[in-house]
Amino acid sequence: MEELVYIQHEVLPSLFQGLWISVLLIIPSASLGLVIGILMGAARVFAGRPVMMAANIYVALFRGIPLVVQLFIWYFGLPYFGIYFSPFLASVVAFSLCSGAYHSEYIRGALLSIKKGQMLAAEALGFGRLEMLRSIVLPQALRRALPGCGNELIYLIKYSSLAYMVTCIELTGKGKILASHSFKYTEIFLIVGAFYLVLVSLAGLLLRHMENRLSLPGFEFHRT
Amino acid sequence: MARTDNNPVLKVENVRKSFGDKEILKGLSLSVKKGEVKVIIGPSGGGKSTLLQCINFLVVPDEGEVWLEGRKINYAKKRELYAYRQQVGMIFQDFNLFDHLTALENVQIGLVRVKKMDKVSAHERAAAELRRVGLAEHAGHYPAQLSGGQKQRVSIARALAMDPKVMLLDEPTSALDPELIGEVHAVIKDLVANGMTMLMATHQIGFASVLADEIIFMEDGCIVEQGPPTQILLNAQCTRTKEFCAKITHLSADS
Repeated sequence: MEELVYIQHEVLPSLFQGLWISVLLIIPSASLGLVIGILMGAARVFAGRPVMMAANIYVALFRGIPLVVQLFIWYFGLPYFGIYFSPFLASVVAFSLCSGAYHSEYIRGALLSIKKGQMLAAEALGFGRLEMLRSIVLPQALRRALPGCGNELIYLIKYSSLAYMVTCIELTGKGKILASHSFKYTEIFLIVGAFYLVLVSLAGLLLRHMENRLSLPGFEFHRT
Repeated sequence: MARTDNNPVLKVENVRKSFGDKEILKGLSLSVKKGEVKVIIGPSGGGKSTLLQCINFLVVPDEGEVWLEGRKINYAKKRELYAYRQQVGMIFQDFNLFDHLTALENVQIGLVRVKKMDKVSAHERAAAELRRVGLAEHAGHYPAQLSGGQKQRVSIARALAMDPKVMLLDEPTSALDPELIGEVHAVIKDLVANGMTMLMATHQIGFASVLADEIIFMEDGCIVEQGPPTQILLNAQCTRTKEFCAKITHLSADS
């Protein structure tokens, strides 16, 4: 009984605060990550050699270095150069750049799947390269990339839990603090886990809804 | 007036193109006058597609010049290139419709995005072009829901909406099964009757002989022989032309 009261009055309010911070981390990181991913993906397929190389190096770095290490560099490393990020900002920067690297790979694949003929047709109509990318190539590529990018969003929700390593106390951080005070590790982390599960399920529903809304004849997502 | 009528709408001079060490076009020249229809025939791999794609610089020629209405096209200048391409309609063998757009949107998008026409007028114009190719009732269908013949007609409507001064057709019916060829031919015939200037590559020799003012026989990146259909098909000077025409006429008689 005492335990339930403790959970209801101490644990849940604190975890909800943490959850809110997590959501505040996830939303800008997911949006920025997607934008970076689209730019980098497009650069890796369509840009001239120097830009393409730069984008490839970006992906190699941010996909190749463990995210925790990246977080540490942004938060603990940059002050060495006189640049100070708040824990929150350091986390958003690290998550966006990492997420962007993964997104760019899904988007690159989708861009490569667009039939060359359609680009010829657009060019023959007098489209410039950017206009063609915007109105012909990307609308199709994004539809094809959606399942992969959705997957990346779900990863992001879970790796946002790393933010507490640089003292941005979000859901996992709150859980850790509560648990070390009360030693109720099992109960508290079960609740934390359930929170993440709910977030991921909501994201899954949202993605499914988007897939259905964006589905067109010829672009159906076949589910078996 | 007479002077402008004699000037070619489209003039191609000495176009050369190599891929690696294989020379695809070996210095080709041709010209098309206003309202004229020229048909290119010849074996596959002879450079017909490459020639057509070089004309609107989808493939950049290694050498050579293209003139539209007496103006030499400087394709290195992007603005000039894009403006030129708007005036040259291109029809592809495999239609190349935009898969994420309906038939109507396929026709409309060039008007809105390239010609910067407002949406309402673009919509009207697109609908009119679809009616012209007999597809008014399919306006809302996506490419995946259209037959090959319908797709090719949409692509013709898409090109026409841009008010091209000349059209390049690259084997417009080669990817269609025999039953669907007729509907596309009917649309092309209608264009010719309305005075469209055209340069078309095709294997449909019967169709070509009815429409063409001149037939150009092309092989190995060169023009072997050119002249009015009767001369090329019945009385070719060059044996190779004769051989090819005999074979292809025989084939189309079979089908």
